[in-house]
Amino acid sequence: MSAHVHAAPVGGRMMTPSARALFALFGVAMVLVAWRLIAGLGATTAMNDGYPFGLWIAFDVVTGTALACGGYAVAILVYILNRGQYSPLVRPALLTSALGYSLAGIGVALDVGRWWDLWRVPVYFWRWNLNSALLEIALCIMAYVVVLWIEVAPFILEKYRDSDNLTLRRVSRSAVPALKRASVWIIALGLVLPTMHQSSLGTLMLLANSRLHELWRTPMVPLFFLLTCVSMGYAVVVFESAFSSVAFKRKPETAMLASLAAVIAPLQVVVVLLRIADLAMRGVLGSLFSGDIRSNMVILELVLFLAPAAMLMSASSRRNLGHLVRSAMVMMFAGALYRFDVFLVAFNPGAHWSYFPSVPELLVTVGLVAAEVLAYVFIVRNFPILSGGHPAAPERQAAS
Amino acid sequence: MFASFSLDSPGVGEVSRRDFVRCCSLAAAAVGLGPLAAEDFVQAAERGQKPSVIWLQFQECTGCTESLLRTSHPGVDELILDLISLDYHETLFAAAGHQAEAALKSAMEAHSGKYVCIVEGAIPTKENGIYCMIGGRTALEIVNDVASKAGAVIAIGSCASWGGIPSADPNPTGASPVHEVFTGKPVVNIPGCPANPYNLLGTVLQYATYGTLPELDEENRPKFAYGRTVHEHCPRRAHFDAGRFAEKFGDEGHRQGYCLYKLGCKGPATHANCSVQHFGEVVDAWPIGLGHPCFGCTEQKIGFRMPMHATVEIYRPTPPDTYPPINAKQGTISPVATAVGGAIVGALVGGGYVASKKLSSTPDEQPPSKNAGV
Repeated sequence: MSAHVHAAPVGGRMMTPSARALFALFGVAMVLVAWRLIAGLGATTAMNDGYPFGLWIAFDVVTGTALACGGYAVAILVYILNRGQYSPLVRPALLTSALGYSLAGIGVALDVGRWWDLWRVPVYFWRWNLNSALLEIALCIMAYVVVLWIEVAPFILEKYRDSDNLTLRRVSRSAVPALKRASVWIIALGLVLPTMHQSSLGTLMLLANSRLHELWRTPMVPLFFLLTCVSMGYAVVVFESAFSSVAFKRKPETAMLASLAAVIAPLQVVVVLLRIADLAMRGVLGSLFSGDIRSNMVILELVLFLAPAAMLMSASSRRNLGHLVRSAMVMMFAGALYRFDVFLVAFNPGAHWSYFPSVPELLVTVGLVAAEVLAYVFIVRNFPILSGGHPAAPERQAAS
Repeated sequence: MFASFSLDSPGVGEVSRRDFVRCCSLAAAAVGLGPLAAEDFVQAAERGQKPSVIWLQFQECTGCTESLLRTSHPGVDELILDLISLDYHETLFAAAGHQAEAALKSAMEAHSGKYVCIVEGAIPTKENGIYCMIGGRTALEIVNDVASKAGAVIAIGSCASWGGIPSADPNPTGASPVHEVFTGKPVVNIPGCPANPYNLLGTVLQYATYGTLPELDEENRPKFAYGRTVHEHCPRRAHFDAGRFAEKFGDEGHRQGYCLYKLGCKGPATHANCSVQHFGEVVDAWPIGLGHPCFGCTEQKIGFRMPMHATVEIYRPTPPDTYPPINAKQGTISPVATAVGGAIVGALVGGGYVASKKLSSTPDEQPPSKNAGV
């Protein structure tokens, strides 16, 4: 399934003032990345033996991949639940996913002490420790990045169908139909892989056992990671679709996003109910009210999860695009906070250890996000990704 | 008694199956036999195949027995009641005199060729062994009699393994290890002064359950316990690698917990698992843990042979490429970073809110197109 004949390049000038600002942020980040690669982690980051992972893992990887789950979330909706009316969202969602996961890959490479050895992970298969959750995540994310770019490839290649350049035309004309024939398998992989590694990201912190605060230490962590990645994925789709409509002066897809919001609001409530039930069954509901920083963080999480559901209660509020975007932002923030909390706040390596990202860590993260936005804008301007602005026409059932 | 196992609360004098499995798991884990071995121990015990153990004591201080009495995972009561059938042990016996000798005789007859003979202490050989006699027989006669009819022979402690203190120069009684006076079958040596009881336990349970002995090194010590040197797993190893040594007892380095090599630590040449398996489940209850150099009790050529404070040769001195820090930086929170972090989050939230306000003012369009899809 693919081929939205309506999707078209947005066009327009690349070098707008905001793009220049993003380039500047990206440039700063590149200088800092070079410094980190040469001088090492100790010189550039605030990480230490107690907190051997920091912002680059907690945000770029753990939160970033969840924000990049738009492709996964929309694929569940369109391909598994067969809601074809959402298919105009597939292309932009897949593109954000591909960019977001690539960003996560860069985040890992920066966070790993001996980054020059990273290539061995997929290659040295005879040394794999098959009991390792981290190996599963590493391989799964690597595979998923490849799968995502294969999924995005036809959108890029389509452009060159009638190119003057003979080679490009040939590649385009042979590759696009081939990729379409294989799309069932690629889509299936694109659904299986995130299900695996998003839950494994939760498993990872369960290994810390008692160093994880009891409010978060539950065998349900993998499930919560899976649920939050889906809700964050939807939220990102809403957010990105709304902003694309403003940035590129297209008609917003409010109606479609409104009905999407109606689907995700209950998901937020389910997460909250499961978390409270889990706390109660483990007998630690009481420590939710102990008033310390960690219990307050859990309460804040629960409030942030419930808030968008409340905001989207009435049909009229769902049809207000600004309201939709605000609730989507709260939703993203809720999921991001949960993941941040599990990886940094709930994690207690012992007395006297502390961590707050250093300025270079913060600026590198900002710069990488800026690069992601720039890449998105560039691709959307030049390749057929967005189909908003036209009423979603009946979808042509393609090769699949 | 195993017929009376129950999954519910046990009656007086009964052991619940759960407790028993737990005890076996601890024993198997302590000696590195893995979780599956525990289940095998349980099944063997349920079939009534508890190994009959005959424990002989000669020229010794009972230190090995004492350390065995102080294990709690499993406790000695669980050990001698549930895991093994301890049929003769002079220290633990209620019986005395002829009764005790009769017990030895009946155990040897009932389990001939199958029982485990454990020897604690060296055996004097001068003047036909008259320096140690029990029940009118010399240690030499007893050990040859009991060991020859045993299924497995284990020498526990440095005295039984190498001669130990009784054999120290000038060795007036001709004290000798078991493997020198009894050559009928291989003798498993579990040296140590005292020997770590878990190493004995693992060997005995493996023999009882599988009928095999653990893999041994060239000096007949089980590899699971004596395969590595103390130095390899020493908690003070980082100090050795970083070149931080205690020079004198009580000096600054000694008080800081630095490496004890220069005080005569034999850890680099001593094969034993003391550094990972402390005694009596008390953390740091082993020489180096208490601030004293290892004295090499498990090595035939070191313990009681080499001067206490002489240093050993180091054959594999190569430290790792980089020295791990002893006091790692624990992290500081930079005020500038928190300000920048706050500014970024604030900008995102503020920018997002302002932009969403703008969106609210865009007019709604297009009615919901529910049937747009396939």
